[in-house]
Order: sequence, then structure tokens, then C-alpha cells
Amino acid sequence: MKAHRRNKLIAIIGGLLLLSGAVALILYALSSNINHFYPPTEVSQGKAPLNKTIRVGGLVAYNSVKRADDGLDVAFTVTDNQSSLQVQYEGILPDLFKEGQGVIAEGQLINKTQFKATKVLAKHDEKYMPPEVEQSLEKYGHPGKSKSTEY
Amino acid sequence: MIPEIGNFLLIMAFINAIFLGTLSFVGAHTEHDGLMRFSKRASLSIFVLILASFVCLTLSFINNDFSVAYVANHSNTQLPLHYRISAVWGAHEGSLLLWVLILTGWMAAVAIFSKSLPRPLVTRVLGVMGFIAVGFIAFTLFTSNPFERVFPFIPIDGSDLNPLLQDFGLIVHPPMLYMGYVGFSVVFAFAIAGLLQGDLDNKWARWSRPWTTVAWIFMSLGIALGSWWAYYELGWGGWWFWDPVENASFMPWLAGTALIHSLAATEKRGVFKSWTALLAILTFSLSLLGTFLVRSGVLTSVHSFANDPVRGRFILVFLGIVVGASLLIYAIQSSKIRSKSNFGLFSRETALLFNNALLAVVTFMVLLGTLHPLIQEAFTGGKSSVGPPYFNLMFTIFMVPILILMPIGQQISWKQEPIKPLLAKYWLWAISSVLLALAVVIIMGGIEQMALVGTTLGLWVLAGCAKYIFGQTAKSDSFVKGLKKISRSYWGMLVAHLGVAVTVLGVVLTSYFSIEENIKIRQGQTVQVEDLSVEFYDFKNTEGPNYISSAGSFRIYSNDELITDLHPEKRKYNASKMVMTEADIDAGLFRDIYVVMGEPLNDGAWAISVYYKPFVRWIWLGSIFMALGGLLAISDKRYRQRRRDKKKEKKAQSTKSKAEGHTSEAGNE
Repeated sequence: MKAHRRNKLIAIIGGLLLLSGAVALILYALSSNINHFYPPTEVSQGKAPLNKTIRVGGLVAYNSVKRADDGLDVAFTVTDNQSSLQVQYEGILPDLFKEGQGVIAEGQLINKTQFKATKVLAKHDEKYMPPEVEQSLEKYGHPGKSKSTEY
Repeated sequence: MIPEIGNFLLIMAFINAIFLGTLSFVGAHTEHDGLMRFSKRASLSIFVLILASFVCLTLSFINNDFSVAYVANHSNTQLPLHYRISAVWGAHEGSLLLWVLILTGWMAAVAIFSKSLPRPLVTRVLGVMGFIAVGFIAFTLFTSNPFERVFPFIPIDGSDLNPLLQDFGLIVHPPMLYMGYVGFSVVFAFAIAGLLQGDLDNKWARWSRPWTTVAWIFMSLGIALGSWWAYYELGWGGWWFWDPVENASFMPWLAGTALIHSLAATEKRGVFKSWTALLAILTFSLSLLGTFLVRSGVLTSVHSFANDPVRGRFILVFLGIVVGASLLIYAIQSSKIRSKSNFGLFSRETALLFNNALLAVVTFMVLLGTLHPLIQEAFTGGKSSVGPPYFNLMFTIFMVPILILMPIGQQISWKQEPIKPLLAKYWLWAISSVLLALAVVIIMGGIEQMALVGTTLGLWVLAGCAKYIFGQTAKSDSFVKGLKKISRSYWGMLVAHLGVAVTVLGVVLTSYFSIEENIKIRQGQTVQVEDLSVEFYDFKNTEGPNYISSAGSFRIYSNDELITDLHPEKRKYNASKMVMTEADIDAGLFRDIYVVMGEPLNDGAWAISVYYKPFVRWIWLGSIFMALGGLLAISDKRYRQRRRDKKKEKKAQSTKSKAEGHTSEAGNE
């Protein structure tokens, strides 16, 4: 009986140790894999870190999509109607990518005005606007409105 | 007229459900005969009412009744009939009605197939399910009514079903997945009913088991179908994206998998009773959480149908009530539940404990990664997302011990078994798994450390199943005789574990040895992609029933030998003006070749994607094995035996049949 109890104790303590180790590991991995979202205005204000994976997003500016003559390089401008940011990407853009539509790009910032994307996400529903983009447009997209609240 | 009838039937079902969700508990408590009979009948009538209501909505779609807002927004006169029917669950309102239909279907099934259970228990189970039905019917009626009309300006034509959803995958994926999601409500209801009566005996576990397994089968198939659909329909060549909504279905699956294992221990050995009940509660709570994540649109996902805050709030409140109430019941009642716990350190009980602990940790890991953006936003107001690297890394880390332990766990005896002689039998199998994996990895294209580890683990699980079968047959006179001695439920476990091995191999080999390239190509040109030559030999503009298509034709050669001829398309849908990529895939058991039309470039050239995906089919093949394993497990003799016993008992008290029943049960241990 005693040995049985001791075994049980060892099992419980061992289990708890393993479990807390696992949780610590999860939290550590999580903290180094979070991609923050920045609207172009915050990027131009220098709030976004360089050379770290982040997400940017906004509307694709009209007449801004330019394909390279050779290869699959493409560049376009993302705007929140106050500031804009040039995004470079190599590859095929999603079906719903369109000028004037909301888009999210994941990648790294080269400098305050240029972004190198590794992934471009456009949503599968035309009416659908990514919540990040919608909120940043509300915040920065109407200069008149935001000024009136600021002053 | 038809939509009004549908709406009326829905309201009738709602009223019935309110009575069911309340009177059942009174009936069960007082053991009132009439009320207990009522709960069975009400369950059946609610199902019939909802079914009729669902038929009304379907008829509105078939008749192109665009005065119904939901039909106008999600259908079109050009849409072929089969898609008009599947469009019923193509968006929020209708898929919610499907959810309710399936829930009441499960409820009716419990009412019908529970004749040999104690009546108060069944009544409580139906009461709990009725309560859940109240919540979801109310949600449908008050926030997302599919029957709402758009008077007086009736659109002439509908705005069409999302083209992504005009596909076979959509017809079957949501119903399957919902069968799983909602199916876990049965074991949840059993757990709550058991806790309320303060007794979770092994009869309780035995009754919950097949229901859980059935829900789990549907869920496995539903998730696999979704993954397959995303693979061929989205045109990214990926099969899992750790998208919040994918995670929403994966979490209850993980918890449900843990539940299946802990139920086994509870039934056979009477251990982990409280944990099993808690796990049943958590599994269904995760199903509800999944529904919340999908329906509320709080997370950025490809699946978010709508961002209506009212809907999100409604489900969140309902989730809070269900989870809060069930945890409260658990907290009050679980101290009454006595588990046995006489097992040694090296026993199947311990193995199952490890299985559960690891699966619980994985579930927690996925949960945290999925909800983190929400938590972060609540505290800092900033938006963020958690990328696939987190999930991939963490999932791999926790899968390794699960896979290492699996072959040993399925072999070790209940109660206690000396570990050294057991492990000694595994050396040869382990070494051969490593060597075989090494050979596979070298053939596939080079030694990649993680690929080697993954392949070894997949083969190790396969070896475990083989070892078990050889071990059992060695005791018998002949191989076939030995195979027959293995019980159905054991076959179920072996086949399901085999499925895990197949999926693991598929995932590992696809992840490490795929070729994915985007190229620029002109008609008449041939471009080399690694070992494949891709020839763009034809281009046509054609017209489909409700779209115009640009179709390219490609011949793929390997070493000057023609392998396949592919015709991917780019479609533009007339009603919605949406552009859709239709990939063309040459599928094979050992590799897929996948070509997608990207976008037209300036000078008549096209950007296309070419993928070479080895063993990608194994990912879904494995889940078919898992589902098959589940089917074998529920077809085990002891579930049928009981019904036969019951019949015989009714006819005459034959002592012989009882004796048979006992021996067959002992044979399953």
C-alpha cells in the first residue's frame, strides 16, 4: 500500500512538472510568434518595428498595382486614406485582390515607406472587409472626422 | 406562403423545446410517468417540426423565391438545382438551421435508441439537449431568421452563392462537421444527467461510448473533407492553414479524441470518472466556442460569414450559461463520484492518462493560439495574429511523445505489467522503423532531420499495429484463426491507429518533399520546374452555366515522358462578378501534380503555379481509416449483444443467453 501511494505521488508530481513545462513552452513559443498589425499611418509614424514579421493592411490604392516586365515581382500601394505604404511581393496575387479593396499583407518592413510581403491575403467575400482594416480606416480614414476629435 | 409556414414550424419547435428543456427535469426528479413519456414524444416532435421547417427553406430555394432575403442573397436563377439545394446551408442563417436540425436529429435518435436505459436518466439527457435546442432555436429566430422577407422591393434575381461554395465539397463538408460538433452534445448531456443523479457507473460510460464515437467519426470525416476542399478549391496547394475556424473544429476533435480514450478506461476499469465527465463538458463547450468563433466574425478568417456583433454576443452569453451551469453542476456533484484507482505505474491506465494529458495540452495550445489575438486586443487594443510557425512547432513537439507511446499503450495490460520485458519485445520493431524511414527519406530526396523523425514515428505506429496482430495470431494455431480472435473493438483501435500513422506519413512527406513554384509562361512555351517540364500548349475562353472561363491546357513531362495533361481554369461568375481559380490536379496515391492559373501578365503570358505534392492523399486516407476504426469499434458485439439479451429476457428468462452474454463480454477485455 505504501509503495502504491509513493508511486501515485511520484506520478502526480511528475505529471504536474511536465504539464507546467509544457505550458511554459507554449507561452514562450507564442510570445515569439505574434504578428502585430499596423495600419499605414502607424507605420509612417514609426510605430512599427523594422525587420520583424508583422502585418499591414488597408485599401489597395487605385492605379498603384505594377507588375515587373520580367518575372513575377509585383508592387502596389496600401492606404488608409491618410498615409500609404508601398508593398512589394513576388508571386501570384489572390483572386479577390483588386484595386480599391481591403487587403492584408504579411512580411517585413524595409523602411517607413516600403514593405516586403511574403503573403498577401484578400478575403473570399467581396462584401467582407478584414476587421483590422475596417477599424484602422475608421480611425485614420476620415481626416476631417479625426481632426475634429483631436482638436 | 411557404416561408411563413417554415417560420411558424420553427416557432412551434421553439415552444416545444422550452417545455422539453424544463419539464423533463421535473419529470425525472419526481419520476412522473406522464412527464417522462412527454419528454420522449416532445423530442421526436421537435425533430419533425424542424425537419419540416428545413424543407420549407429548401423549397424556397428550389422555387427561386427571392422575396426571402436569405434566398435573394445566396442564390440565383442561373444556379444549377443541386447547388440551389446545398445553398440552403451555404451561409449563416441556413447553416444555423441545419445545426438545429442535426441537434434535434441526435435528440430524436437518443429518444428512440435508449429503451434499455433507466428512464429518469434518458429524460434528463433529453432535457439537457432540449435546453441546448432552446438556445439555438432562439438564436435562429431572433438574430438570424432565414425566413425573413424583403417586402416590398423584391429583387428580380438573386445575388448568387459564393462561387467558392459551388462545389461538391461544400455539399458534404458542413453537414458532416455539424454532425460531429452537435453529436458531442449527446455525451455532454449524458455527463450532465449522470452528474445530476450523482452516479457515473460503467454502464453510464458504456452508453456514452458509441455516441461519442459516432460523433467523432463524423467530425474526423468533416475536418478531412474541409481540408481536402481547401486543397483543391482554394488553389494554394495547402491542406491546413491553422485558420481560426479550422482550429475551431480541430479543438473539439482533439478533446473528443481524448474523451474516447478516457471513456475506455472508465468503462473497463472504473477509473478517471470525474475527469471523463469534465472532458465531456469541455468537448461540447469547445464545440460551442467553435460555433461562436465562426458565427461572430471576431477573428480574421476565410470562413467568417458575417460580423454582426449582436450574433456574437448572443452566442457568447449562451456559451457562458452552458459552460457556467455545467461546471457548477460538476463542482457540486463531482465529489459524490467515486473512482477506483488501483493501478500500477506501468499499466494501460497510465498510458491512457498520458494520452489524455498530452491531448489536453495540445488542445490548450491550439486554444491559446486561436484566442490570443482576442486576449491581446482586449488588453492593449492592438490587432495581432498568431502565425502557423507557432502551431506547427508546438504541435510537432507534443505529437512526438503521443506517437512514441501509442504502440506501447495499445499493447500494455490493464492494471499492471512489468515494463522491461514488454519494451524488450519492441527493439527490433523500433530499429526497423528507423532503417525503413531512412530508406524512404533518401528515396524522397535527401536526409532532412525532421522528415526522418516524422517518418520514423509514422512507421513506428504502423509497426505497433503489425506487432499487435502478429502477437495475437502467434498464440493461435493458424494466422486466420488468430485474426478472428481479435475483437471488433480492438480492430477498431488498430485501424484507427493505423489511420494516424498514414496521416502522419502523409503530412511529413508532403511538408518536406513538395515542390511549389510560381512561373511565368507563354502559350507554346515549355518551362522546367525541377524534374518536370511544363508545356503551355493551348488557351481557350469558354462559357459555363453561370460563369465565363479562361482555360489553359498544360502537358507535364518527366524525362521526356508525358505524365499528364491538365486544364486549370480561371472563372468569372456572372452574377457576383467574382473571379475564381479552378485548379486541375492529377491525383495519385503517391503524388499529386497540381497546376493553377494565376493571373494574366502584360504581354499575353500567364503567371501559373505548379505544385508537386508527394503522399498528400495519405493525409485524408488516414482519416478514412480513423473513421473506419470508429465504425468497427461501435459494431462490437457487446453493444449488439445487450439488445439481443434484452429481447430474449422479454420472451423468457433463459439462463443460457445470459451466460453467453457474460462470456462474450469477458472476451473483449
